[in-house]
Order: sequence, then structure tokens, then C-alpha cells
Amino acid sequence: MAMTDNQARFAQDDDSVVVIIGSGAGGGTLANELASQGIDVVVLEAGAIHTRDDFLADEWAAFSQLSWLDNRTTSGSFRLAKDFPNLPAWIVKSVGGTTVHWAGASLRFQPHEFRALSEYGAVEGANLLDWPLGYDDLAPYYAKAENRMGVTRTNDIPGLPGNNNFHVMYAGAKNLGYSCNTGHMAINSEIRDGRASCQQRGFCFQGCRTGAKWSTLYTELPAAIATGHMELRPQSHVATIEHDDQGRATGVTYFDANGDMQRQKARIVAVAGNSIETPRLLLNSASSMFPDGLANSSGQVGRNYMRHMTGSVYATFDEPVHMYRGTTMAGIISDEARHDPSRGFVGGYEMETLSLGLPFMAAFLDPGAWGSKFAGALDQYDHMAGMWLVGEDMPRETNRITLNGEAKDAYGLPVANVHYDDHPNDIAMREHGFRQGAALYESVGARDIYRTPPYPSTHNMGSCRMSARAQDGVCNGYGQTHDVANLFISDGSQFTTSAAENPTLTIVSLAIRQAEHIGKLMKEGAV
Amino acid sequence: MLSRPLSRRVFLKASGGALAGTLAFASGPIALLAPSRSWAMPLDTLSSRQGEVLLEITKHLFPHPGLEDAVYAFVVKDLDKAAGVEQTHELIQGGIASLDSDASGDWLALDKQEQFQRIEALEGTPFFEKIRATAVVSLYNNPLAFTHFGYQGEEGDVGYLYNGFSDLTWLPDPPQPADGYMPGKAS
Repeated sequence: MAMTDNQARFAQDDDSVVVIIGSGAGGGTLANELASQGIDVVVLEAGAIHTRDDFLADEWAAFSQLSWLDNRTTSGSFRLAKDFPNLPAWIVKSVGGTTVHWAGASLRFQPHEFRALSEYGAVEGANLLDWPLGYDDLAPYYAKAENRMGVTRTNDIPGLPGNNNFHVMYAGAKNLGYSCNTGHMAINSEIRDGRASCQQRGFCFQGCRTGAKWSTLYTELPAAIATGHMELRPQSHVATIEHDDQGRATGVTYFDANGDMQRQKARIVAVAGNSIETPRLLLNSASSMFPDGLANSSGQVGRNYMRHMTGSVYATFDEPVHMYRGTTMAGIISDEARHDPSRGFVGGYEMETLSLGLPFMAAFLDPGAWGSKFAGALDQYDHMAGMWLVGEDMPRETNRITLNGEAKDAYGLPVANVHYDDHPNDIAMREHGFRQGAALYESVGARDIYRTPPYPSTHNMGSCRMSARAQDGVCNGYGQTHDVANLFISDGSQFTTSAAENPTLTIVSLAIRQAEHIGKLMKEGAV
Repeated sequence: MLSRPLSRRVFLKASGGALAGTLAFASGPIALLAPSRSWAMPLDTLSSRQGEVLLEITKHLFPHPGLEDAVYAFVVKDLDKAAGVEQTHELIQGGIASLDSDASGDWLALDKQEQFQRIEALEGTPFFEKIRATAVVSLYNNPLAFTHFGYQGEEGDVGYLYNGFSDLTWLPDPPQPADGYMPGKAS
């Protein structure tokens, strides 16, 4: 029986429903929060349903099964444009969105990160701005999200047991004077909320078969369906958002599983398609009233695209590690996440263990590489430990999602082009992270150190950012667009700045807060 | 892939050639898995000699001392599959022909260092890139490679919680609560 078999159904001309585009961290959470208030919701998800039983313990096969592989193009000086020109992002096209793939790290943003412009000052070549909300505004929603997602080391939930990769990181952290633990993870360390505890499979990126890792696929979405107020329509690829003469959103057009165009009316439209598809949809919804794209009077739709400063450090040792056993992200060091410009850059970064299986290690260790050095690294695969560096990157007006003038998708819609140039601050931070990561492993006796460039981005943020003033961004502090009162941005596209931390917890917290606000606006008749 | 000694049937099945060999490392992990020391891989499109050249090129690109040719043969198998498309077939055929003609007709007859230099000089060409890009996936995405390099692949599906996820003994165990707790063991 499919999860959608006994769900509520809403007519396509029912203009009282809230239409949510996307079923991941933002869309899936928003859907459950609204449905729980008794608000009728239709979720349109481009991907198909893949349940836990469908997940594969096979990196390439799972990649083909779950990833968003529709064509995209790239430009700019970032290395991905060369290594993976048509795969700028490693995100999911499946019910549950990228919460199927994520590693589970659930760190709150730090208070100062909501005030990037005030705290860091203007940075040349960056488009820094303070968020229109502060840490204290979001703190109660962080608490709700942590409880909902079952984040370890919150709500009296014990930390996960650390795997071998963690053991190596911990030893090095101690040598460097860092503090390190198994992190705040939305992965059950105990049976909780009807979900099993983690069995340490090591396939977090391929979908969690036990359901120990929180994903909207088997938490928020079935819960929303159970309220009788939510209809999930998989394989529904939204093409445009439509509006009336007053400039209010009236519904969406989408392509169903057969490729036939459908139209769903709506009282409110919320977009949560991840930070490439969300602006693409607004741009593809241009009309005579909104010639530059919907909700784009500021010209900021698609701009300030962020993907975090990332990089990885892998190190080999005389003794075996078998880093692939157990949770992918098994240990976290936050000591470098502080803002300390004496290091030569603003903002900070997290250090988080990461492992890849042999197939993906070959693909991502040094894309394009060959020869004895590369082969020598893989010869030591089972003696390897690894970490990912993830830090704040600078919003730049020129780092942006645009419509490709030539390339079209299967429905004839222009595909997204992703343009990104690393800011000097990103480069300085990455260099610092590489050095610290290497020092950490060298202190434990590393034999060889490998600096691995960014993978296709799983953290995509900021392309429809929040701003206090309408001319600086696309939406307000609740994700409501400045231009169209009944149009909301409900994913990481809202982020004004990227902060150093993994984005999912903040996306979920913002969605809970947004749902409360939408419920209030609907009651007041304001939307 | 690993099979009984080459039979006539194997040759008849494929319209192309075949790769065959004997496992070099009798006591290696792969030999322990294999039913026989002989192996054969039929090819649909490429000739046996083309297969042998591609296998040697792959070994130059990704030199792993001690890795069986039987594993490199997976790359040849995937290139053979790709050669089912005429354009790719021509690319591979042309690349090999050009290597041969620059080596008095037989690139395979050159010594290893000569061979390597000729391959190195091709970096960036579509022929080189086709082999490299295929090899970097095929060579490391099969159960024999997993065994060789020490990756447990699908064995992880049941979880390592009671089976080695934290069996590292050469460093001290991190203290709790920095390290976490086995399920049900939190105080």
C-alpha cells in the first residue's frame, strides 16, 4: 500500500487550499504544520515515492535512484563548473526531498550569524545583510524542531556512539585543543517517535532503511496525511505560478507523471524546491505584470546563491580505520565556527567527519585525477579517515541562478544555470580549514593527507533571501514575498546569509515558524 | 565474471573477442573468493587485442600493485558496452590504431615506461578521457574491487552496530559523553 492510498483528495479548482511545492525539509514540515492546524494542503513533489524498502546499499545505484539529475548548467570560476558541469548540486528528486540524503547534522546557527553585516562589517565583493529576524526569534522554533526531529544531545536524548572515523577525529581534536563529540544529530540513538535506533549502516546518503535518521518521507508527510488535511501528489513538476490582475497568486501549473499539464488553484502558494529550483520557478513564472519573474521587483530572485565554503581532508594511517562503517557524519568540532577575523577571514566553519564508500571516494577524492598518487590513496582506502569542512560563504549578487537561454528540460522549460565564483573570504577560509584538518590528522600520525575539493553542493541557500527592506531581498522574516502577499518561500532559499552550520535544522525551524504565521494570517483573512 | 576455464561456448556467445587470464595472486583475497584461478570475459564489440590494449592503458592510469587483471577487466567490459554506440566504437578504435601506428604497429610491444609516456601524452583527448572516466567508475564499483581495497559494500546493509563500527584499537577510546552510548546503555 502506498502512503498516498488513503489520503484526502482536493479538487484542482479548489481555491481554498495551500499549495506547497516540494516535500523536503521545508515543504514537508510546512505541510504537516499547516495540516495539523486543519488547513487543507496540496503538496506537489517533482520526484516519485521511494520508500525505505526501496533504498539501496550501493552508492552509484542509489545516486541514480534518488538524485535530481535533470539537466542544469554552470558557469563561473568554482571548480565544480569544470568537474561536474551539469551537476552543480547533489540533492534529491524523490518524496522527502533532500532529507532522504542528508547526514543528519542539526546545529543551531549562532546568534551573531543572524547579524552578519553588523558583526562582520561590509566585505568587498559580498552582499552581506542582517537577517530580518534574530536568534531569539528563532530559538523557540529551534527547540520545537529539535524535539520533533529527535536531535541527539537535546531533549535528554543521548549522543550516538562514535564510529572509528570519530575515534580518529577525537584523538586529533584533543591534540589540537579542540572539543569534539558525536554531534547534534537527527538520528535516533534510542528508539523514539516510532522509529528505530541507528544500526550504523554507513549509508546515510543513500537513504536510511531503518528510519533512524529523520526524514520527512516517514515522519512529517505520513503525519500530515493522517490529519486528513493533506494530499501528496508525487511526480508533479510545477512549471509556473499563476496570478490574477491584482498580482495575487492564484495557483500553479504542473506536469503530472504522464507529462500532461495540470492546473491546481490555491489560496496560498509556498515554494520549497531547494535553492536552485525555487528561483528558477519564480523566473519561469514571469508575466506581463512581473516581467522579470514573480516576486522579483528587487531583482534579487536567484541572486546571493550560497553553497557553503566546503572541502574535505582525508588522511591515511598505518593502522586500519574502516571509516565507512557507521554514520557518515559521526563527529563534529565547532571550535573554528566562531567569528574571529584574526584568522584572515570573517565567519567560521565546522569540522565534521565524513566518509565515502570506495566508489564515491574514487569519483570525488580528486575529480579528473589519475596516476600513481591517486591510485596510492585508494590503495590505503581502509586505512583512511576523513572530515568535511563546512563554513559560511559570502553572498554575492553575481553568484546567481538564472534561466539558461538555450537548454530546456523534458517539459520544454528553460533549465537553471548556476553561476558561482568563490569569494576571497571563502578561499582563505578553505585554506585555513585544510591546514587545521591536516594538522589534526598529522597529530595522530597520518601518513598522507589529501585535500579534496567541494562535492556537488548539498547545501544550497539564499537565492530568494529574506530582508527587512523590500529592495534588498525577496521575502520578509516569515518567508512571505515582499511583492505577492500570498506567496511564500519555504526552503533554504530564504537564508539571508549561510552561517557555518548545516542548514536543515534552520529550514525546519523556519518552516514551523512560518506555518504558525500563515495560520494567523489566514484567520485574520489577510491572505 | 570469474568462471571456469575458457570454453568454446564463451567464444561462440560473443561476436567480439574475449579477455582471459589467470589470477596472479594465489593467496590474495580475490583468489579466496574465486571458484577458479582462470577467468574470462567475453566482449561484444571490441576485439581481443583491443581489449588487451585497453586493459593495459587502464593499468597505467590507475596503477594498483597487486590488483588482479580480472578487476581491470571490468573497465574493458564497460568500454566494450559503450562501444556498442558507433561513435564511441570509432573513438576507441581510432585511439588504439593511432597508438599502434606511433609504435611501429604494436603499442603493446613497447616497454612499460614507453607505453606510459605515450598514454600520458594523450591526457585531455577524448580517447583518454573516455577511458579515464569509465575506469574511475568501473574499476572501483564491483565486489572484487571492494574485497581488494577493503570496502564492505552491501555487507553494511544490516549495520555495523554490533559488527565493527568502533573496533579501532590503536587509539584510546574517547570518553563519554563526548562519545555517545550504545542503544539502551545511556545512564
